[in-house]
Amino acid sequence: MSEAMELNIGLDIGSTTIKAVVIDPAGSIVFSHYERHYSQITEMTAKLLDTIDNEILFGRKAAIMVSGSAGLGMADRCRLPFIQEVHATRLAAKNMLPDTDVIIELGGEDAKILFLTHGMEVRMNGTCAGGTGSFIDQMATLLGVDINELDGLAAKAHRTYTIASRCGVFAKSDVQPLLNQGAKQTDIAASILNAVVNQTIGGLAQGRPIIGNVVYLGGPLTFIPQLRSSFDTILNIKGTCPENSLFYVALGAAFCATSEIDIPTAIETLQAHRSDDQYASISPLFTDALSYEHFKKRHAKATVPITTFPPGKQEVYLGIDAGSTTVKTVVIDKKGNILQSTYQGNSGNPVPIIKNILEQFYVEHPEAIIISSGVTGYGEHIIKEAFTVDAGVVETVAHFLAARHFLPDVDFVIDIGGQDIKCFKIHNKVVDNIFLNEACSSGCGSFLQTFATALGTSIDEFAKLGLFATHPVDLGSRCTVFMNSSVKQAQKEGSSLADISAGLSISVVKNALYKVIRTPSADALGKHIVVQGGTFLNDAVLRAFEQELQVEVIRPDIAGLMGAYGAALHAAEVSKGTSTILGIDDLRQFKHTVSSTTCRRCTNLCKLTVNTFDHNRRYISGNRCEKPLGNTAIDDSLNLYAYKLEKIVSYAHCVHDSTITDETIGIPLGLNMFELLPFWSTFFKSLGRQIVIPPLSNRDIYLLGQGSIPSDTICFPAKLVHGQVQYLLNAGVKTIFYPSMTYNIDEQLGDNHFNCPVVAYYPEVLDANLKALARTRFVKAPVGLHKKDEIAKKLRTILKKTIDSYPLSSIRCAVEDAYAAYDAYLSDIRTEGRRIIEAARQKQMTIIVLAGRPYHIDPEVNHGIDRLIHDFGVAVISEDVFTGIRKKIAVDVLNQWTYHARLYAAAEAIANEDDIELVQLVSFGCGLDAITSDETRAILESHGKMYTQLKIDEIANLGSVRIRIRSLLAAIEQKKRQL
Amino acid sequence: MRSAYPTFTAQMRSTYTILAPMMAPIQFNLLVNVLKDEGYTIELLTNDGPEVVRKGLKYVHNDTCYPALLVIGQMIDALDSGIYDNHRIALAITQTGGGCRASNYIHLLRKALVKAGYGYVPVLSLNLKGMDRNSGFRVTVRMLRKGIAALIYGDALMLLRNQCIPYEHHPGSTDFKVNRWVDRLSVQFRQGFGYSRFSLRKNLKAIVTDFAAIGIDTNRPVVKVGIVGEIYMKYAALGNNHLEQFLHSQSCEVMIPGIMGFVLYGLYNQLEDINLYGGSRVKTVIVKILLRYVGKFEHIAIEAIRQNPRFIAPIPFEHTVDSGREVLSLGCKMGEGWLLTAEMRDLAKLGYHNIICVQPFGCLPNHIVGKGMIHKLKELDERSNIVPIDYDPGASRVNQENRIKLMLSVANENRLKASSVADRQRISM
Repeated sequence: MSEAMELNIGLDIGSTTIKAVVIDPAGSIVFSHYERHYSQITEMTAKLLDTIDNEILFGRKAAIMVSGSAGLGMADRCRLPFIQEVHATRLAAKNMLPDTDVIIELGGEDAKILFLTHGMEVRMNGTCAGGTGSFIDQMATLLGVDINELDGLAAKAHRTYTIASRCGVFAKSDVQPLLNQGAKQTDIAASILNAVVNQTIGGLAQGRPIIGNVVYLGGPLTFIPQLRSSFDTILNIKGTCPENSLFYVALGAAFCATSEIDIPTAIETLQAHRSDDQYASISPLFTDALSYEHFKKRHAKATVPITTFPPGKQEVYLGIDAGSTTVKTVVIDKKGNILQSTYQGNSGNPVPIIKNILEQFYVEHPEAIIISSGVTGYGEHIIKEAFTVDAGVVETVAHFLAARHFLPDVDFVIDIGGQDIKCFKIHNKVVDNIFLNEACSSGCGSFLQTFATALGTSIDEFAKLGLFATHPVDLGSRCTVFMNSSVKQAQKEGSSLADISAGLSISVVKNALYKVIRTPSADALGKHIVVQGGTFLNDAVLRAFEQELQVEVIRPDIAGLMGAYGAALHAAEVSKGTSTILGIDDLRQFKHTVSSTTCRRCTNLCKLTVNTFDHNRRYISGNRCEKPLGNTAIDDSLNLYAYKLEKIVSYAHCVHDSTITDETIGIPLGLNMFELLPFWSTFFKSLGRQIVIPPLSNRDIYLLGQGSIPSDTICFPAKLVHGQVQYLLNAGVKTIFYPSMTYNIDEQLGDNHFNCPVVAYYPEVLDANLKALARTRFVKAPVGLHKKDEIAKKLRTILKKTIDSYPLSSIRCAVEDAYAAYDAYLSDIRTEGRRIIEAARQKQMTIIVLAGRPYHIDPEVNHGIDRLIHDFGVAVISEDVFTGIRKKIAVDVLNQWTYHARLYAAAEAIANEDDIELVQLVSFGCGLDAITSDETRAILESHGKMYTQLKIDEIANLGSVRIRIRSLLAAIEQKKRQL
Repeated sequence: MRSAYPTFTAQMRSTYTILAPMMAPIQFNLLVNVLKDEGYTIELLTNDGPEVVRKGLKYVHNDTCYPALLVIGQMIDALDSGIYDNHRIALAITQTGGGCRASNYIHLLRKALVKAGYGYVPVLSLNLKGMDRNSGFRVTVRMLRKGIAALIYGDALMLLRNQCIPYEHHPGSTDFKVNRWVDRLSVQFRQGFGYSRFSLRKNLKAIVTDFAAIGIDTNRPVVKVGIVGEIYMKYAALGNNHLEQFLHSQSCEVMIPGIMGFVLYGLYNQLEDINLYGGSRVKTVIVKILLRYVGKFEHIAIEAIRQNPRFIAPIPFEHTVDSGREVLSLGCKMGEGWLLTAEMRDLAKLGYHNIICVQPFGCLPNHIVGKGMIHKLKELDERSNIVPIDYDPGASRVNQENRIKLMLSVANENRLKASSVADRQRISM
């Protein structure tokens, strides 16, 4: 500390808050202040400095130091000294809590762990991992509570659910279905906090144990005691949250402040820089009020006839759309006129809302008779069960029905709702192609909502702000988490709320166009485009859409009600004359209880939420298969995934720990081993060695290895291998065999036969990051199975160095047996696949090629999607059924990976088969699938077939998978009916 | 299905302008001058700005790696600019042909061109593996020899520049010399000399002497930082948000391993492939001769730089191979593969313990050889202070710079600790 100064000022400007402390020469705090800055960084800083000058300094000299992620640019511009915030924290801790071993600090958008003793290390979350404070805020908004209430809820929890902790968007798609399925808010609140803890440990500790004196710092850990106790429980420690835990960064800054500040000059500089136009801006939405008037007038023409209830008895149809964030209902007459509609937030539980709406309807319109009812949306099943609604309809179909009613020759429908983007191309009055957003890019309505709340305005006001923004910020079209950083950057550079608002609207549009639909121009969409969904009620989004595509579109005035309207139309279509929906008397006695339980019918141990209505109707969620619903006999005879899985596991010689000897060779069941196990197991058997594999992965096995994963953005199948290997280590296996494989076996389907980099070299990552491997013989040597003539010699050398010395002749025999076993395995799969196709054809069932990679048969990777599809009465086969019978095909990309060449071959093989569809499984983070998915789509579409993609990760949102599959099946059905 | 694409024919050589992406400015300017001497009209694209990213996002699958997005965005932006006669334009893009996504850039570019309405623009692949053979772009022996020399000079100039800039008395004096040498060497190439071993030796000696004459202040507190990573992100300012410039502004001395290492790595992998999986003896012999031939050029540069104790010379490739072997199997050859890890190890050996590992977000090889190896590198040398930085259209600069600053503050602390230890030792001696 500089001695010349009387006082030191430390300023910490974070992503969401501004913190300041002033300390005297003795190091005691004479002033501290904590406030949300709502991105008014320069103004707030100036105000704060002014306060300090007037109320604390009284003319005394002071030194200053600035810190914090949002302080960086400001400090630069105003020539104030800056210190990196983690560094500041460390200085403060050194000074005030010298016995600390580990600091865990969560901020608005950053998470940090500082290991101070036994080798200092500082860890900070990557750009992808999203914020923790903002994440909790976002989740609280979703639950409709504030942070304090969230804490209170979590304290009363009885159980927790697994929520993806990787990023806010994923977590959101886990929480939403839980909410819609009736899980308790208390349990969800606790689960959210647990997710934050797991994220921090998994993402930042990376295998380093958190022990000793642990200190909790930062806003979330200060304000949410339950979060601290979650950390305590999971880490099995007792951490402390010291006094002034919010101010450590500011204190650290104050401790090292040396340069004198003249506050009036600083404030002047701040104000001079506030209107800097440094950020990248795009053209404004409207340049003048007149063009906005024209725009409004044009769109005002698109209306649905709305009439009032005529007197007397009236037969009506009811449509309900229980969406992810809102509940909508529509009552129509027989001509399709809207008699009544509602639109409101679902506050996490749609059941009581619908009950109220129904009751009110019965009371207000005693003469109206509902003769049929339909429900759609996320909450379709629970609402259908709760109120015995006549018909459920998948969202995509509901929206299409509504759009078609509105504009019979519609070519393209784009619906941006609270959490989904649904787009369909219509050809010959039938849905021809469906585009849905992936779980990772929910840049939709709730996204705007969250930002509006974070910036302190309502969504309507927020959106209006953007209409006449002069320099909309260019925020790109990436996921919400990235958007947070971009907004932060824009704020730092002094952009206005209006510019941010317009920028966000534009980014929602870009997200839909370039990420979901993947089209650069309007031509591909057709002439008549209908846009709908609540998000399009926002004029800024609508304008951005037209501007981006240079086309005029139609927005029905009931854009937000189209789902409910479609459900009502569907209800009319399937009407039997009387409705099953609960009447007024039933509603008065309506009872709804929720309980949770674990299903023990198989090893999956699904956590079930059971909703019971009126003691006799149940709605169960959380299940991955039909077992808990009472259908005990699972028929997997037309599911090749089940067959493959059973077959591959049968190649292990033993799976029980008790039979393991020093001679046993362990092989992790992950990545390419899901196909090569027959090879290696036969190979070692022939050499007289026993093979052991771990059990199929589950959550516990994943958690075993979670701590040693060095890259949090790698694909989930790779992450699972850590747990698999750790399991083998724990079981006492002395030798683990997992060779690197640059090349795969050449199936003559492509120009080369590589593995993807991750599959090829994952053994290296394990070797470098799993410390315990050093105590075993870990065979990770590169092996080339593509060179059949040389492989025996090469393997002999590798085995001699690592396992044992074998005569070349034995190895030759073993290799020969191994290739034969491998070929036999693949050919058996093909035979079974063809059997399934034939059997399905006899029953006139639809067949789906669930196309992925060999490791996608792992139930922990595919989350039971194969069975889910099978449960819809569809036969499931895999992409490798078509290898061996297909010749190499010419594609527009470099076809150089063995597994990926199979995708193209499968797409080409089924292109002319009317009863076979292709659904591609894509693991999140798979870089190669950015290439393969576009090409597979192109192959299918060139033959007039639909392409469906399912993105999967650590946790899959089976709700959205169901929507996709049901939409696909509905479209096939519609097409069939037309033929 | 395969669509038909226009090819770059031999006739186009004299009538078309080739546009190529800029990566490492010194090396690429020298290379381009070599191509110009061969009769090609070629231009390096330097158009920058948000439009480039925007167009990349529009025409390329958004999950594709950032370099592809940038390069393709930059090219389409150039075609859109209206300053070229687009019917007299060809685009050049490199293709490495490994198991990484990068080998697919050319196909992504072609798809993007069709989408953007430039389906008629021919694309030529710059590769040494004989892919896209039917193009009118021919690599001659003379071009190859000049090309090797251009890379040797370029790498040396980049290294000397980085070791002078943080200390120069007069800002700009280093860059002035860099530019003068690029011009001078280009003139030599044009006149048919400058690329023999003899001239390389002579020129490099003169270059080192010239740079040693730059007025410097060695007392400045400077942090030594190494940069490794995916090749485009490592060199291209457009990709890494002007990382070199940022580090200079933070008083850092930067060391970026040269492009020649990547060329030698590509050659070496052919050898390692045969070694690991079997293959032709003849090929082994040819590759060995090539490796030795190119290696000799590298040695000339290293020797010249070593002559002056003021400069830290790079590590010769054969030692880089050993560095790699210390950490992982040399069978890891996709993308930058084992070379990236080996370079981090090399940098530590040269005293550059602070390392920024740059990669496009979601880069597959980098999961393995970058982030995947940091733990082991730290075990090998606990002074290692490595920060991986992800780049993509959504990653904000403020986040990246903040993480780099964190790395630098640890580096500064280590530097102070080290210098106080050194002081104490000096006193006790």
